[in-house]
Amino acid sequence: MSTMEVPKVPLCYRETSSLRATKGSLLLVETVPGVKYGEIVEVELGSGEVRYGQVIDVSKDVTVIQVFGGVSEVDMVKCRVRFRGETLKLPVSLDMLGRIFDGLGRPIDGGPPIVPEEYLDINGAPINPAARMPPSEFIETGISAIDGLNSLVRGQKLPIFSGSGLPHNRIAAQIVRQATVRGKEEKFAVVFAAIGVTYDDAAFFIRNFKEAGILDRTIVFINTAADPVIQRIATPRAALTAAEYLAWYHDMHVLVILTDMTNYCEALREISAAREEVPGRRGYPGYMYTDLATIYERAGRIWGKKGSITIMPILTMPDDDITHPIPDLTGYITEGQIVLSRDLQRKGIYPPVDVFLSLSRLMKEGIGEGKTREDHPYVFRQLYAAYAEGCHLREIASIVGMEALSPRDKKYLEFADVFERKFINQGEYERRSIEDTLDLAWDLLAMLPEEELKLIRPELIERYHPKYRRGREAGSHTSSTQG
Amino acid sequence: MVVGRIYRISGPLVIAEGMRGVQVYEVVEVGEDRLIGEVIGLDGDRAIIQVYEDTSGLSVGDKVVGTGRPLCAELGPGIIGTVYDGLQRPLSVLTEKVGPFVRRGVKEYSLPRDKKWHFKPLVKVGDKVGEGDIIGIVQETPLVEHKIMVPPGIYGVVKEVVPEGDYTIEEPVAIVERGSEKYEVKMYQLWPIRKPRPYVQRLDPDEPLITGVRVIDMLFPLAKGGTAAVPGGFGTGKTVLLQTFAKWADAQIHIYVGCGERGNEMADALHSFLRLRDPRSGRPLREKAIFIANTSNMPVAARETSVFLGVTIAEYFRDMGYNVLLVADSTSRWAEAMREISGRLEEMPGEEGFPAYLGSRLASFYERAGKVVCLGNPRRIGSVTIAGAVSPPGADFSEPVTQNTLRIVRCLFALDVALANRRHFPAINWLISYSLYVDTVERWWGERVGKDWRYLRDKAMELLQREAELQEIVRLVGPEVLPERDKLVLEVARMIREDFLMQDAFDPVDCYSAPEKTYSMLRIIIKFYEHGVKAVDSGIPVAEIRKLPIRTTIARLKFMRNEEVVEKVKEYEKELEREFMELGSKFGAGGVG
Repeated sequence: MSTMEVPKVPLCYRETSSLRATKGSLLLVETVPGVKYGEIVEVELGSGEVRYGQVIDVSKDVTVIQVFGGVSEVDMVKCRVRFRGETLKLPVSLDMLGRIFDGLGRPIDGGPPIVPEEYLDINGAPINPAARMPPSEFIETGISAIDGLNSLVRGQKLPIFSGSGLPHNRIAAQIVRQATVRGKEEKFAVVFAAIGVTYDDAAFFIRNFKEAGILDRTIVFINTAADPVIQRIATPRAALTAAEYLAWYHDMHVLVILTDMTNYCEALREISAAREEVPGRRGYPGYMYTDLATIYERAGRIWGKKGSITIMPILTMPDDDITHPIPDLTGYITEGQIVLSRDLQRKGIYPPVDVFLSLSRLMKEGIGEGKTREDHPYVFRQLYAAYAEGCHLREIASIVGMEALSPRDKKYLEFADVFERKFINQGEYERRSIEDTLDLAWDLLAMLPEEELKLIRPELIERYHPKYRRGREAGSHTSSTQG
Repeated sequence: MVVGRIYRISGPLVIAEGMRGVQVYEVVEVGEDRLIGEVIGLDGDRAIIQVYEDTSGLSVGDKVVGTGRPLCAELGPGIIGTVYDGLQRPLSVLTEKVGPFVRRGVKEYSLPRDKKWHFKPLVKVGDKVGEGDIIGIVQETPLVEHKIMVPPGIYGVVKEVVPEGDYTIEEPVAIVERGSEKYEVKMYQLWPIRKPRPYVQRLDPDEPLITGVRVIDMLFPLAKGGTAAVPGGFGTGKTVLLQTFAKWADAQIHIYVGCGERGNEMADALHSFLRLRDPRSGRPLREKAIFIANTSNMPVAARETSVFLGVTIAEYFRDMGYNVLLVADSTSRWAEAMREISGRLEEMPGEEGFPAYLGSRLASFYERAGKVVCLGNPRRIGSVTIAGAVSPPGADFSEPVTQNTLRIVRCLFALDVALANRRHFPAINWLISYSLYVDTVERWWGERVGKDWRYLRDKAMELLQREAELQEIVRLVGPEVLPERDKLVLEVARMIREDFLMQDAFDPVDCYSAPEKTYSMLRIIIKFYEHGVKAVDSGIPVAEIRKLPIRTTIARLKFMRNEEVVEKVKEYEKELEREFMELGSKFGAGGVG
């Protein structure tokens, strides 16, 4: 195994072989004077293998080291611990594009080692809130359920809340293939981190990047289910450090995909338990919110910098439960969520986006006149309200039967069905422009009586409603009629 | 000055030995970078310190130096419009100094030292002054007249006072003499953030704080000097609601504390405060706002200082006789920080791992709200209103932070996931929420806006309550079997929900609803109900009432400007009466035929 590149010749190495105990993936050693909190250590095993670890608690007597790679084969006699006097750094370079790394940033694609242009602390530094630029640039993903109803903007962190067996990977791959910012030729890159996923899942993404011809614009970090649990803590941080390098040093627009954050949180819980910390809800540590925030908050834009970091984490909700601590805390940090629904999946709808539970908090900044189209905010609200009414009536109809419903109610029922089949549902390789999405929305809304469209300004109805649009188009002989 | 050495480091917690002589809550400087920390406990000669900056890189044996003073806020001109972190470092200045990322150990004055302010004295030599007396004024922004007060604890005779002119905050503007002691009054003062500022007397909050949010102003009014909690699961609109308060409420000073929340949201708030204009003066909102930003990825321990810093600044402006609004988003993140520190201290945990003192710590924050007679002359009344967001895990209100908060605050604006999922915003659940200020602000509304405010409010609540009961039945048997009168209740309750309670925080007109407009809107809906009842009793089916064109007019009211509504509502009420009359005669005629 190639060793990780760390800055050559740290000022001083402190070394000890006075190991005290192991606990889970933690190693307790006697404190050597001058050990720094948070510094990186090398644990050299009897066999000569070197593992990395980090000081997570230090007192006058005992230093607690969290060993990336676990403590298997550690013994109390031959094992030595070297303190490097610095925090975990990732060597970064533009040459990383097109390459595949392990969870700690070591190449695993058989290629040559990276010649670093810079060494960056994998923990990054928080962006000063006053230096943040509010995200407002619409990203067109070509997926109606996202563009129309949960628009993504540059610098946003928008997770996919999924469940086991749902097509979150396919959706993420489709987004990576299709996402563009309209009317602009800009440098973009994808950073992909697989955290504790199966090799198949990781391979699926890499194959997709290849097919889409963007592998040379992608940096891949893979920590598979078979890799040491503790490395999962470092994987998303290494990925984001690479992303920050591309965005803030090289003005690139970076889309970061982190999958699966559930595995990350499980690793966090495992380590917390090993440290005998007071557990919070369901055994997850009380600081999980803060810990996740230090990952997700690395998304954003900065005044005066051209690049951006957009994060799309994927997580599988244990037992599809959105109140489970992992989706719950994530939802409190991220700017919305795309929730997938098993019901829609069963109906054969792709992507099975649950419109009610999904939300994009930054949407309002990214849509409307000059950004998408002037009618977008209104169409969005009307679609939403109409679909909600339809679903509500569907519930009622299932109890009292269709006969008890008024003709208006029946229209809404029909609308809800068509909305699911035509608007949400689309092909995995189908790319709809935002205009296509909005025109499609109008065609659906036209099923309802016009006076029901209360949420849309009358002048917009006149401009975009198919009834008037067709009339006008026929009159002026414009070519593109909506089919 | 006490100098000790680090004994142990665990996350934000540092234990230092050789610290005999420091006080609890004394500020200490830790390590070579002189990181700011606060002593939170003593054990023999060991001090337990929470460090407000990232502790990576500290070593056992590093120096810890006591400063001899508690954590203080700098209060004076230059504070308005500034974005501070939890330690009151001006974040925009830090950006210029160290770039767009937060670095540790950076020291910077909270208030600009070189800027000159135009000071106008209000006292002359020989005047007797007491604590809190206003000795001069500085027009800090077009919206805020910053009153320079004698700090608490100082009184005597004015020995010297500078003439009107431009001074920096470090230059003394007056010298107060008491016996042989002389005290230089500067334009700024220091105050420990954990200690409430003194006042003369507390008053009952009896004037509503107009928020421009209809469901609050009409159904669950907040009072100036009051407290409110806004709990809600993620995506229910806590932040949007708090920002709405911070933007439109009729306070003179707005303080926005973003504590452990999203960076992009904070950026958006800062940006929109620059762009948006105060509905009353037409000036940019930033000219009366102060921001404290400690985002979720910034050091955890500084969440606590953020809220206490915020409330200290609030009290300072209250002491000038202003009505101050402080919104804190989110107090749960602060509670989580307490839990983390408590866990590292290995304290006996209370519920869900939170420390047992969670309730009292929350109370020490909310209790600093209030309407008071301020210290000093001239006599003035000021208030601090606090609205705090709570983020209950899994939107479960039975969790400790929500429950402890509810024991203290007097308004609950409960945000409901089901409403939010239906995109009913603001998603304030009218069945759970309450305000204990309804009785106290009733008089204000009665005198200023409309005599029947209380009647309308109670009627609306009654209809909504009745709707909830009827919905249960509808769920079982469908809506068509209900008696006509109940159908009317459902219809009108729907109007209240959709045409009155729902409000678009981002629509340029609907975002702020003036009291007159709010009142008129509900009034015409209740009028519709009353006429509807008569119509139904005389045999007209609800299906016909539903078709009346006035309903569309009522639905459009929210998008009309305040003056327009006030001007036209009488006309619409006549229109309503006419339509019901026509309906009556049509059916009367039909019945005969």
